[in-house]
Amino acid sequence: MRVTVRLFARLRDLAGTSEVHAELPDGATARALWATLVAQHTEFERYGSSVSTAVNEEYAQMDQTLSDGDEVAFLPPVSGG
Amino acid sequence: MGDLQFLVTHDPLAVDQVIRAVSAPPEPCGAITSFVGLVRGTNQGRVVQRLEYEAYEPMAVKAFALIGSEARDSWPDATLAVHHRLGTLDVGDASIVIAAASPHRAESFAACRYAIERIKQIAPIWKHEFFEGGDVWIEGAAVDPDDKGAREDAYRRACV
Repeated sequence: MRVTVRLFARLRDLAGTSEVHAELPDGATARALWATLVAQHTEFERYGSSVSTAVNEEYAQMDQTLSDGDEVAFLPPVSGG
Repeated sequence: MGDLQFLVTHDPLAVDQVIRAVSAPPEPCGAITSFVGLVRGTNQGRVVQRLEYEAYEPMAVKAFALIGSEARDSWPDATLAVHHRLGTLDVGDASIVIAAASPHRAESFAACRYAIERIKQIAPIWKHEFFEGGDVWIEGAAVDPDDKGAREDAYRRACV
């Protein structure tokens, strides 16, 4: 299956792009997708305990199973206001 | 454009628009508390030159609406409006305007304070600080909307 990955703030800077597409085996979780990103961008590793995820614009847990066509966002700690 | 309750925008914010968004009849309120957050000139000893705000825009608006709903759990007659600015902001610019309306002042103050505390916890918005000598992404709270402890902390701050 194919998903769209959205990256924000420092994660976007580290990756050099705000959006990438990823091919994943069926049944893959957000955490598995994150692991593929960490493998590509080793500096992502320090966000392992602080990153949050959202699937199709809804907050989700890292163990959520993804589906083909999903938009998966990874969110570093926030600083609005 | 009407006065939207929850908004992210690259345009300068207008306090009166946010206040109008919570003061529509037919349920006239007795009190409105407004909060305006500004770009500070110094941060942790750094001389700030500008901030660049970005958001996961549709989710930021949803987070504001969720916070409005949470506020109603605690203050059933309170209505919130939140406008947050994105893009490049200079020192002194308003980054956020919140208005909280309710029949009485205590609830409007509390709901307004709750909103800003909660926004800092769960709204997917980030500031990139450019200061004399460098730049840094400000990273505050790891987002978990279901974290009851964080929500209780925001409530406690609101009720101080």
